[in-house]
Amino acid sequence: MLASLIYILIFPGFAFLGVFGLFAEFFDRKLYARLQNRVGPPWFQPFADFIKLLGKEEIVPCDANPAMFTLVPVIALSTVVAAFLYIPLWNTTSLLSFNGDIIVILYLLTIPTLAFFIGGWYSSSLFARIGSVRAVTQLFAYEVPLFIGILSAALLANTWSLSEIMTFYNKSPVLALFNILGFGVSLIALLGKLEKVPFDIPEAETEIVAGAFTEYSGKFLALLRLTLDVEMVAGAALLAAVFLPFGLGANPVIGFIFFIAKVLFVIALITLLRTVFARLRIDQMISFCWKRMVPVAILQLLICLILKGVIQR
Amino acid sequence: MHNSKEFKIPIGPQHPALKEPESFSVALRGEKILGVDIRLGYNHRGIEKACEERSYVQDIYLIERICGICSHAHATAFIQAVEEIAHLAVPERALYIRTLVGELERVHSHLLWLGVAGHEIGFDTLLMYTWRDREIVMDILADLTGNRVNYGINSIGGVRRDISPAQVKDVLKAVDKLEERTKYYIEVATEETTIIKRLSGVGVLAYDDAIKLDAVGPTARASGVARDVRRDDPYAAYDKIQFNVITDTHSDVYGRTVVRVKELMESYGMIREILKKMPEGPIAIKAPPRRIPAGEAISRYEAPRGEDVHYVKSNGTEKPERVKVRAPTLANVQAVKHMLKDRFLADMPIVIAAIDPCFSCTDRSIAIEDGKSRKKNVMTWQELHDYSIKWHRERGFDPAEINRKFHKTMEGK
Amino acid sequence: MIMEVLRSILKKPATNLYPAEKLEMAEKYRGELKFYPERCIGCKLCMRDCPTGAITIRKVGEKKFEAEIDLGKCIYCGQCVDSCLKKALEITKHIELAQLDPKKLKVVFGHEQAGESPEKPSQGAAE
Repeated sequence: MLASLIYILIFPGFAFLGVFGLFAEFFDRKLYARLQNRVGPPWFQPFADFIKLLGKEEIVPCDANPAMFTLVPVIALSTVVAAFLYIPLWNTTSLLSFNGDIIVILYLLTIPTLAFFIGGWYSSSLFARIGSVRAVTQLFAYEVPLFIGILSAALLANTWSLSEIMTFYNKSPVLALFNILGFGVSLIALLGKLEKVPFDIPEAETEIVAGAFTEYSGKFLALLRLTLDVEMVAGAALLAAVFLPFGLGANPVIGFIFFIAKVLFVIALITLLRTVFARLRIDQMISFCWKRMVPVAILQLLICLILKGVIQR
Repeated sequence: MHNSKEFKIPIGPQHPALKEPESFSVALRGEKILGVDIRLGYNHRGIEKACEERSYVQDIYLIERICGICSHAHATAFIQAVEEIAHLAVPERALYIRTLVGELERVHSHLLWLGVAGHEIGFDTLLMYTWRDREIVMDILADLTGNRVNYGINSIGGVRRDISPAQVKDVLKAVDKLEERTKYYIEVATEETTIIKRLSGVGVLAYDDAIKLDAVGPTARASGVARDVRRDDPYAAYDKIQFNVITDTHSDVYGRTVVRVKELMESYGMIREILKKMPEGPIAIKAPPRRIPAGEAISRYEAPRGEDVHYVKSNGTEKPERVKVRAPTLANVQAVKHMLKDRFLADMPIVIAAIDPCFSCTDRSIAIEDGKSRKKNVMTWQELHDYSIKWHRERGFDPAEINRKFHKTMEGK
Repeated sequence: MIMEVLRSILKKPATNLYPAEKLEMAEKYRGELKFYPERCIGCKLCMRDCPTGAITIRKVGEKKFEAEIDLGKCIYCGQCVDSCLKKALEITKHIELAQLDPKKLKVVFGHEQAGESPEKPSQGAAE
């Protein structure tokens, strides 16, 4: 009982994820700034922002549904933290694991977007409503290539359990190299999930202010921003677990350093992508996802199927 | 909010896409724009009226502050009109210096625009890079004129500061560096896929529409209308310098980008030529007149955003009787309405930004007239002040109290 | 684009860390005004030409004048320097003039403290 509480609240639960998420935000912002030849924020900036937002007054719009409006940030944050509990850190076993957990992770990571939709919708601001509709429209576009990309890797490993996938690739790392297309597709889809350029359409600042978050303030906004940070870490950790299965099984300290390095590497790739692209329009984004990314993801699926046939023979 | 239903969203007066307050009320169906209602008047400063109460010398500095970007354009347009009324022969060297500052200003304005355009389509890296490089030209302007924005280089009958040989060298060095960077931006703007995707086919203004809606400047030139005051009605030293009027036939935001970056290249050539051809001699006439004889004049100037028109009427005293300013944005703003028709909401920021709007230059005071009784509802400053205090008090908020507290904290330490 | 971006990582950031690092202004930058009371003849041409009425010349004695400059009103155009026949006014490149207390923005140049520059802005104001 006590152990579970520690797992959930401290490590690798809320406390660790919160700190790591905020650090990841700093890493992302600092790298983004340096790529743009700027100085960037000091390391404590995301923490300071978070604490400042916690201390601010929160305003619930008159027309908004107060219950929905206030519940949404909590739901969003808790689902991403829950998803993280299924992802192994320094070895191949995670805190919670069963056959089929990879599907659960993917679904848990979808819930924040739906939560943003509900929050934006119930905040009854026009900007928030447009933003939330865009978020859901986008969801249907990037989710399919993301699922195909990640699940084709699982298919090759012949299991639906993340731990077993990692064990499989750890045994034969060469096979992981065949998943490179899937990695690319999932990385780009992750940009959509995290609402980052070029897919930051739901919160396009110059068009609809802050999208679904427009009416949020104070604690709720702090939680929503933390959700995005933690989601970034969880998404990066998932990609690292599935596509970069190296350096596992050694002693926990080295394994943990490897884990952090892998997550930061994925985040660095995300940052690089958001530095060199302009924001797409929602119609362009959807046609890009369906016409470019889905075929590549299906190609990855075919590669995995053929490879599987070769291995089994 | 069904997608089939129409609704209106307010872009402005306060909105992250707009750098100045202006109201665009957008009727939407889903993501599609059905129509736009533009309303000016949020930023009116009454500069024209204020000019009538100041002397010509003071007016130069007031007029210069109409716009933060094309300050030299306004000041020069005004001073040209004054000099025309007074029949002053401005020394050759002064004209060259005015032209030089004008072209440097165009460079900084277009680089600024490129960055803003990048930001509007969510490409902040371009914003950071162009604004970093824009600092080069800002430093040069500060060195030449003494200020980064309000150059204050013009005086009646000449300019106030000469340019030294050392400064000429600095300018040439800066221009070389900027030219290299601009070549890179041309590459970026014409080759980056996401930029092209967001810009081409957006905000189309056909040739006929550009003529009909009286578009000016790069907006018109991108639609193929070769309209440039510098060539059509040369002022300052433009009749002595070689340059091409850049036009483009894309007629969309992409075309406007191409026109602006190519104009940058053109400006670098002009700056080099000005510095080479600049004659020696005085930079201002001796003892400029304080009283301007009665008369009136219209002056045109090709500001970075388009044609800027100033009208000055004098009555023989130290103060002008009437000053009228037509900033380029006023000519272009109606075209925006046309460009946005049937486009997506996502295109709105970049289409507005593509005319390089300057709303405070453009702004007019608006009196709303009752359709039937023809009664205008005009409030004086005091009435508005009282009304606002009353409005806030009714809602349990006392501005006077806040003011007192503020002053207390400011003086408290 | 991607190459340029990656190259930036190795470059030093272009940002100037003001106020930790001060910027050197251009040689003839139009900053704060300086008044030489001994040269002033009290013609008040500067007052007449000032676009904002920021400068006031007062007679304090026989052929003695002092100038009060309202830094809050001054737009740093330098017209008064041009208008002055006796070069009693000069422009300096001192630009850090922000003050928390509006009263400190009024600077008086008199005979006693001739040429003395006004109180340096406090640390809080500069940040």
